[in-house]
Amino acid sequence: MKLTLKIWRQENATAKGKMVDYNIDGIDGDMSFLEMLDVLNEELVNKGEQPVEFDHDCREGICGSCSLQINGEPHGPDKFITTCQLHMRTFKDGDTIVIEPFRAKAFPVIKDLIVDRTAFDRIQQAYGYISVNTSGNTIDANTIPIEKENADDSFNAATCIGCGACVAACKNASAMLFTSAKVSQFALLPQGEVEADRRVLAMVEQMDKEGFGNCSNTGACELECPKGISLENIARMNREYLKASVK
Amino acid sequence: MSILDSKIPKGPLEDKWSNYKNNINLVNPANKRNIDVIVIGTGLAGGSAAATLAELGYNVKTFCYQDSPRRAHSIAAQGGINAAKNYQGDGDSNYRLFYDTVKGGDYRSREGNVYRLAEVSGNIIDQCVAQGVPFAREYGGMLDNRSFGGVLVSRTFYAKGQTGQQLLLGAYSAMNRQINRGKIQAFNRHEMMDVVLVDGKARGIIARDMLTGEIERHSAHAVVLASGGYGNVFYLSTNAMGSNVMAAWRAHRRGAFFANPCYTQIHPTCIPVSGDHQSKLTLMSESLRNDGRIWVPKTKEDAEAIRAGKKKPTDLSEDERDYYLERRYPAFGNLVPRDVASRAAKERCDAGFGVNKTGEAVYLDFASAIERYGKEEAFTAGHKNPSKEEIIKLGKGVVESKYGNLFQMYEKIVDQNPYKTPMMIYPAVHYTMGGLWVDYNLQTTIPGCYATGEANFSDHGANRLGASALMQGLADGYFVLPYTIGDYLAQDISTGKIPTDTSEFDSAEKEVSDRINRLMNAGGQHSVDFYHKKLGKIMWNKCGMSRNAVDLKEAINEIAELREDFWKNVKIPGSADTKNAELEKAGRVADFLELGELFAKDALHREESCGGHFREEHQTPDGEALRDDENFKYAAAWEYTGKPSDAILHKEELIFENIELKTRSYK
Repeated sequence: MKLTLKIWRQENATAKGKMVDYNIDGIDGDMSFLEMLDVLNEELVNKGEQPVEFDHDCREGICGSCSLQINGEPHGPDKFITTCQLHMRTFKDGDTIVIEPFRAKAFPVIKDLIVDRTAFDRIQQAYGYISVNTSGNTIDANTIPIEKENADDSFNAATCIGCGACVAACKNASAMLFTSAKVSQFALLPQGEVEADRRVLAMVEQMDKEGFGNCSNTGACELECPKGISLENIARMNREYLKASVK
Repeated sequence: MSILDSKIPKGPLEDKWSNYKNNINLVNPANKRNIDVIVIGTGLAGGSAAATLAELGYNVKTFCYQDSPRRAHSIAAQGGINAAKNYQGDGDSNYRLFYDTVKGGDYRSREGNVYRLAEVSGNIIDQCVAQGVPFAREYGGMLDNRSFGGVLVSRTFYAKGQTGQQLLLGAYSAMNRQINRGKIQAFNRHEMMDVVLVDGKARGIIARDMLTGEIERHSAHAVVLASGGYGNVFYLSTNAMGSNVMAAWRAHRRGAFFANPCYTQIHPTCIPVSGDHQSKLTLMSESLRNDGRIWVPKTKEDAEAIRAGKKKPTDLSEDERDYYLERRYPAFGNLVPRDVASRAAKERCDAGFGVNKTGEAVYLDFASAIERYGKEEAFTAGHKNPSKEEIIKLGKGVVESKYGNLFQMYEKIVDQNPYKTPMMIYPAVHYTMGGLWVDYNLQTTIPGCYATGEANFSDHGANRLGASALMQGLADGYFVLPYTIGDYLAQDISTGKIPTDTSEFDSAEKEVSDRINRLMNAGGQHSVDFYHKKLGKIMWNKCGMSRNAVDLKEAINEIAELREDFWKNVKIPGSADTKNAELEKAGRVADFLELGELFAKDALHREESCGGHFREEHQTPDGEALRDDENFKYAAAWEYTGKPSDAILHKEELIFENIELKTRSYK
């Protein structure tokens, strides 16, 4: 198929960016979206032009590197997948596709379609862990039985890949879904309960410091999340936060 | 030819590690504050090592090319992690895990290392649970297990099809705790370009900040390479796009021997190649072989009809199908080790029984598992005479709860529903057992330079069993290296900070800059990918699932020619002092073009078939691998001398005191 691509090009963090049009031909439905961009980049390199820079690594939807706002939606039109899993069969011959970086104050553009998501790392560093030493011995793993439902819910929250689609989807650029997923993973497990109060306070404080917006319960984050992280996590984080604040 | 000293401690197998720990030098906590360690790579091996070393008190710097340590490719491991917990009471033990791993590796791994791995395996699970890793559990609240290829017990712990993700996020959270304490400095979007030796010891690295292009010097008292495997030498593999051999190869060029480069794992259950545009291959977890049955049509006519789209797999009755693994290996059936399953798939496809357009695919079918689980569920719910529809509905639910994310992934890529029609799979490059040669301390032949996880060679021999990579990465990082590195660092308590304004750093930095300039100023004919794809084709066709002397000799010459052309004619737009993805790729491909040649040389010299290394000249009459223990019971460690095919061979004789060498049989 033949496509028209409108792609955000920006030389570096301080340069002014703009949309640039590219025409591309010979795209097969079995190609992934990123393989389509590979084809474009190969053409650009052969012409001596600078290829479009974008983050990507595992290309199987788990590392969370790839991002891209495609026709206004994080990770494009399909649900429950990342951009690298989006296949070109979703599009039609002659389509125009608009490709931009994730837009959020806390995710500044680095170059072209690459944004800086280190704010997520700093939220996790603030208290996204259980303070247990990794050397030495601990108790046997089966000493504390955990209710299957809680273990499953904790797992579901823990499947967040930290891609930032929730922030990009949110009109307030809020990071509540991301932060609440980590808070929930630990809050649902007895091992995590011990530090639950300190954790939620520290992570929310860091989240606010990074310049993410507030949550206004629109739910766009849940709809666009490639891993289907549930809004229930935000409710749980709010409860945890309230509980910790009144102590 | 020198004899390499593995430094395996003396004494009975089960006491070696304890005795070793009791007798090594320790560094007192106050002195640890004066010692710096660099860790390259933040996957399971690097992340866990960094967290633990920082927790012990060392000053740690981590480096990864991704934008966050959490994105290292360990994240993509699916099926599970082995541990000899024997929670299922099915006869498991440290010895049995050790035995299975050595046998699975076709008797080409080191007994002492493997036993230690088995010994600490249980502790890994305890540790991860304490960290809040949400493993799958049963209704009673206890941890659940599944089984994997090559073993007869259920010892694999898992978190759906995302076990690697959950374990890596555990290691990442342990790192975050240390970053928050100021004990780890994380350098993300940084690539290690070279290791710096001072007085023969590894004392630092040269790194490139991938955003600014700046070349940086970092010093330390020891350097740990946890930079993963080199499967991307094949261009198409299940590795991440950025996975590369640069750190290990740069160390090799500085004096670290590279062991068994030809031992590559071709994983049997991957999604088949769909076209020339393909950039990577996607694995379907081995855990699927717990429930999926692998087959091709019994007759070539049916295979042809399926390829032409005239028949569907579901049109074929049970007796028109050849469940070839169950037929050839009745004892292990669909759960034979990966090398055996891959070769069997290739054999059927080469014989004309492949089932996709290119003839390079076999079926992985869940219909009988769905039926079995459905009946069980219905029965448990009190429906003693369930309808077929009900059985299928309930069975699908069970399969979805076990493998949901994998089925979804398959459907997105292939555009077919695997609940209704069998999956199509074909082998693909997945893991490299070879790597930097290390002794029992995980130290390479450069003092102070360590290699852990997939980057080293020691534990998996010629074939790795499923769910053992996660085990090894975490064992090395959490439990082994933190001890062994202390024994070395004890001599550095009064060394003081290593200065970076020395001639050694000057010349290493200059070499790195010169190399980048050469790449930027090459002839400008072809893109980096052009060369990488060509290299991949040579590797897959001549050094792939089966190898012979003629092809391997050709490969050595072709790779050398391709490398020469690459340095003359590669084309990299833009400049080196900014983010430049083409330049990053070029540096990595340049190293693959050297490694590939050594790989072929190693495969050519190993005149036997073992594990993932199958030489057509050495097979039994029924096509099984034929080992030669008399002449090849050694690890081949190669010393760099300039041209990769001129590398010098050093042999580490493998000593088997606790396991009797046998022909590996899964029949």
